[in-house]
Amino acid sequence: MAVERLESLLQAAFPGADELRVEDRTGGGDHFQVTVASTRFDGLSLLDQHRLVNEALAEPLRDGTIHELRIKTRGIS
Amino acid sequence: MSELHDTIKNVIENEPVALFMKGTPQFVMCGNSDRALRALRDAGAPVTAVNVLPDPAIRQELAELSSWPTIPAVFVKGELIGGADITQELAESGELARVLEEKLGADYRASAEERVVDVLAPAQR
Repeated sequence: MAVERLESLLQAAFPGADELRVEDRTGGGDHFQVTVASTRFDGLSLLDQHRLVNEALAEPLRDGTIHELRIKTRGIS
Repeated sequence: MSELHDTIKNVIENEPVALFMKGTPQFVMCGNSDRALRALRDAGAPVTAVNVLPDPAIRQELAELSSWPTIPAVFVKGELIGGADITQELAESGELARVLEEKLGADYRASAEERVVDVLAPAQR
């Protein structure tokens, strides 16, 4: 359930993403691997790319849904 | 501003490499903190670690200071590098060593001792 929530938050933040995946790493619904490839990342530093993901997931990060988050991002161009 | 706020700000700005983590380098309590620590060790960084677990206020102050919502958080000379994934990616590409050399000097590995700072300590005295 948490996976779907994270996916929809990311889809809203990165519409038309080339790749958008959320994996529940442990099956416990609180350790996630997020992979996003989007034109929104083009030209941004890794830090700013991860900041965008953190912003998109601010709510589940704050409310404790996400205990551990791994982020993999890349631009398109 | 609170004393804790000032202490954390002080660590970020004055330590060559600051790692805010869950646990300590001797007893790491989280996989992401472990990955960040290993990446820094691999790059030969002089790590100053702050355990955020003793008081939730540490995380709150840190998040406000850095606009980085998650633990771990790695800073080099006051500049946020990122969390575990970024630190690991930069270490694997060799970019982390380049950043450390640029900011700390080419011989930064010579001072690569690890230490732990207790940001709550001043308030407890």
